[in-house]
Amino acid sequence: MKSISIQKYFFLLLEVIVALAILILGYVFLKSWEGSKLFMVIVAIIWGVGSVAILFYVLNSIAETLPRKTRSIVLPVVFAGPALLLLLWFLILPTIRTFSLSFFNDTGRQFIGLTNYGNVFTDGVFWESFRNNIYWLVFGTSGSVGIGLLIAVLADKSRFENIYKALIFLPMAISFVGAGVIWKFIYAYKGEGANIVEIGLLNAIITGLGFKAQAWLQLPFWNNLLLIIIMVWLQTGYAMVILSSAIKGIPSSLIEAAKVDGATEFQVFRHIMIPEIMGTLITVSTTIVIFSLKLFDIVRVMTGGNFGTNVIANEFYLRQFTQGRTGEASALAILLLVAVVPVLLYNLRQFQGRKAFK
Amino acid sequence: MKRILTLILALMVFLMILGTTSCQKKDDMSKGSDKKVVTMAGPFTDNDAVKFEESIKAFEEETGIDIQYEGSKEFEASISVRIEGGNPPDIADFPQPGLLENFVKTGKVIDLSKTLDMTKVRNNYIQSWLDMGTMTGPDGPIMAGLWARVNLKGIVWYNKKAFDAAGYKVPTTWAELESLMEQIKSDGDAPWAIGIESGAATGWTATDWTEQLMLRTTSLENYDRWLTGDLKFDSPEVRTAIQTWSDIWFPEGNVYGGRKSIPTTSFGDSAKVLFEEPPKAWLHDQGNFIVSFFPEGLQPGVDYDFFNLPPVNDTYGAPLLVGGDIYAMFNDRPEVRQVMQYFASAQSIKTWLASGGVLAPQKDVDPNWLTNPVDRRLQELLKNAKALRFDGSDLMPGAVGAGSFWKEMTGYVSGSRTLDQAVKAIDASWPN
Amino acid sequence: MSEPTKFKRKQKLKRTARNVWVNIVLIFITLLWTIPTLGIFVTSFRRSEDIFSSGWWSILPHRDWVKTEELTLSEDIDVDGTFIIEDIEGDFESFREGIVSEDGTQYRWYGNKRTLRVDKFEREWVGFGANLTLSNYRDVLASGKIQFTDGNGRTITRDGSNFYDAVLNSLAVAIPSTVIPILIAAFAAYAFAWMDFPGRKPLFVIVVALLVVPLQIALIPILQDYTSLDLNGSFLGMWLAHTGFGLPLAVYLLFNYISTLPRDIFESAFLDGATPFNIFARLVIPLSVPALASFAIFQFLWVWNDYLIALIFLGDKNRVVTSALAAMVGEKGQDWHLLTSGAFLSMILPLVVFFSLQRFFVRGLMAGSIKG
Repeated sequence: MKSISIQKYFFLLLEVIVALAILILGYVFLKSWEGSKLFMVIVAIIWGVGSVAILFYVLNSIAETLPRKTRSIVLPVVFAGPALLLLLWFLILPTIRTFSLSFFNDTGRQFIGLTNYGNVFTDGVFWESFRNNIYWLVFGTSGSVGIGLLIAVLADKSRFENIYKALIFLPMAISFVGAGVIWKFIYAYKGEGANIVEIGLLNAIITGLGFKAQAWLQLPFWNNLLLIIIMVWLQTGYAMVILSSAIKGIPSSLIEAAKVDGATEFQVFRHIMIPEIMGTLITVSTTIVIFSLKLFDIVRVMTGGNFGTNVIANEFYLRQFTQGRTGEASALAILLLVAVVPVLLYNLRQFQGRKAFK
Repeated sequence: MKRILTLILALMVFLMILGTTSCQKKDDMSKGSDKKVVTMAGPFTDNDAVKFEESIKAFEEETGIDIQYEGSKEFEASISVRIEGGNPPDIADFPQPGLLENFVKTGKVIDLSKTLDMTKVRNNYIQSWLDMGTMTGPDGPIMAGLWARVNLKGIVWYNKKAFDAAGYKVPTTWAELESLMEQIKSDGDAPWAIGIESGAATGWTATDWTEQLMLRTTSLENYDRWLTGDLKFDSPEVRTAIQTWSDIWFPEGNVYGGRKSIPTTSFGDSAKVLFEEPPKAWLHDQGNFIVSFFPEGLQPGVDYDFFNLPPVNDTYGAPLLVGGDIYAMFNDRPEVRQVMQYFASAQSIKTWLASGGVLAPQKDVDPNWLTNPVDRRLQELLKNAKALRFDGSDLMPGAVGAGSFWKEMTGYVSGSRTLDQAVKAIDASWPN
Repeated sequence: MSEPTKFKRKQKLKRTARNVWVNIVLIFITLLWTIPTLGIFVTSFRRSEDIFSSGWWSILPHRDWVKTEELTLSEDIDVDGTFIIEDIEGDFESFREGIVSEDGTQYRWYGNKRTLRVDKFEREWVGFGANLTLSNYRDVLASGKIQFTDGNGRTITRDGSNFYDAVLNSLAVAIPSTVIPILIAAFAAYAFAWMDFPGRKPLFVIVVALLVVPLQIALIPILQDYTSLDLNGSFLGMWLAHTGFGLPLAVYLLFNYISTLPRDIFESAFLDGATPFNIFARLVIPLSVPALASFAIFQFLWVWNDYLIALIFLGDKNRVVTSALAAMVGEKGQDWHLLTSGAFLSMILPLVVFFSLQRFFVRGLMAGSIKG
């Protein structure tokens, strides 16, 4: 009995040593390698992924040798600990730091109380951005989720499901840099005058129908909507994929039974599908709401925040990185966080309701 | 699971052994040559980066110092992050002195007057460049940077072949400019090609026009007071300057595409219509760097030429407006000093001058280095300048110069703001 | 025909009609969704000067005015009044817009009044795919320095975008940045869903709350940490950053899924003496494949298309695809011909990933193993 246990510890020790060796050797290797790029990339990928797996495996092995009582405390730490540590480092501490910076001047040395917040609130830019953020939240989210749900439901009935889904998903594969270019070709405006040929699709359609070409991105209110369309175009694929997999998770017997009882398609949708996928629907909506509030790339690329299209995240970026107004930028970031709190609270209430914690 | 893990383990141990043995060799090799490295960061990418690398090649070969240049498109953001992060490059190239000033204020920039051979530097620059390189740090004024390459703004470009064929004359007074505009209009074309779109920096072309006209409609003293916030935007002087270019930009038929197209036309694309067959517009006001945006294959002096925007009235004349790059030092090592000293001489951009598109601020520039006749004339104009001022928005605080000034001018041009609203909003954004 | 068969047939007919409608709606939406992408796909094959002078749809066969003749006018016509050209009367303005004669010829003034030139055009069919070129793709894929000779006989050198290296770098960043957060988040989600430990609920609330933190606020603090740890410009730094920023969503999505797995399977496995690690590896992971796959897709796309994090933590040394794309825009700002082809190339791999993972969403896999 004792020898087995010694053997066990020996192997454990061996595991730890091998794991450490791999971690360190791999790091040193990647730092100093200057040969074939392909080889380095392969090593990097295997090392990166492998190390994490090994780390979990070794930590778990150690935890499992512990007595039962300690084990039940240590195991959750092993499982959830790495995630929490990373979150602490990458998100929690920076947020706290930003919070404290929002009470200091731009050099971060002099405490100025709520001055930054006061400046932000009296600045017209903030309220304009805030209003636009609400547009993004409302129209962006309902657009992406609504169309995503529509396609998920309809495509489920079609034989060409995969083709439709793939094409709707396509924009997700495009970076913001690319998306900006694409939509410039749609909203482009070349001005008025003799023999000017519009190269923007929207203006080509409008002039083809006999109307005057418009400077789309300068039209108050509508330009916000046109920018939001870009986000809907990009994000519908996300909503569709997740909702579609949730719909496929509904037991077909449930739907068949309802149909046998004479329910119409819409009734099935309304009374069976929606309640069944409610959880997923909330998850998707929440992530898109949050995404729409954090988003700044589209605005930055398309209008630079001009013509009344600014959003808070873009203004934050401008002040922080272009204008060096760290204090006010931090205040903006904190206000953005605060704005999302209601969404969060709602979401957490839903969790309670669903008794997710068993 | 276990088997997969064992497999991964075995594979990795194998790769590691292979890897470490081979990088052992690499280490030995790199230890052999004792190369000094100076890191440098700046906004040049692509073609400019190549030209820059070429211009320092001779120096690198001669001294054995390896200047590792890293260009970034988001230079303003990345340099702030690197400096804030305590990881600055040895030398940074600032396209906006206002940004450099921020770092000078926090004491992160090395005083060049204590590290370089200042007699050489002083002999090589006219006083106004030295003044513009001096900024106030936490312990008083320091020599914060060296002007390494400049461009001339407020230059009006035209399609020389078509211009001559049409029989138009280069205007030398404001009245002549106005009658030329009328002439072009009555011939059925738009006189000007103007675009101010530039991504997140949209509007800077409008600020350049404001600066040019400030120099032409009020005194240099007022211009300087304006930069420090002493002269408000909401003052008759600044309003007149803005109004003067508005009178060119806004009336119907003056700008190709009309007023509404100005904010959505990229500044780089806007000049292209000058060189279409037939030209759609005839005049384009922009710094000399714009020639690299012209269609490829045009011959300077033959296909295109320039004139200085005429004075509005005789009292103020037509002082030159310049922009440029200022190099600052962040780490003090002998080899970094050596490189900075080199940048103080026009030799450092000799090959770049030859390939065109830049001008040298240093006195030791030989106009014969410039192969392009248009550049040579610009260089001479710069060298003989009596009055010269730097791009104002680059010298204003970031919140204004890279913020509200761009933004409000864009709003004003697009028609969503009145002049009154715009100037008041800019004044309000001036940091206390 | 008996009544029930008739009824069945009617039902079938009804279903077909409905299917047609479903497909029509879907085709309509998909078309809307595809046109913008089609636009850049076409543009990526066009020459840079064409991109600015006509819309991309003009490559489709269409009727267009084609110049047939140039007329030089005599000096003595009154350009400021009305004048007659080949029996067509009009003033400068109307000729400039173009006047169409009865036989279908268009007379259009060339340039301004001083040119004294009118061009005649006739409507003709312009064929498909005029003026398309592959050179944009060639320029994008070229590595090292590109050299070409311009109109003046000067040799112009530019940095090639080195796309091949950029793709390798992107892979080295994206694959671990996808797998690592999934692994870490799956462990954490399992712990939150099925393990009892103090502080479980508040900790989870914090994780969800972190979803809203815009990652920009973390850039400077993290960069400072990286500087002191010498992680700047390394792949490891990129993996950690993407893991940190991607974790809240990963934990949230995986928790939502893992917490709905039926309780009985865990209990029976536990009774069989399986450790939590075994349950996790043998039951939770295989059962969660659909959720893992969907998150994998999003995380991969996010990392692949990320520019900001790469710009700040990776720099120029190991340039990824998006940085290469952004550099392609170059000093000229608007090299749309290169950007469109580059953007298209950069889309290929994410789409391959999507298609290969898509099969995990099929019914059956989920329905069979969990709900069945």
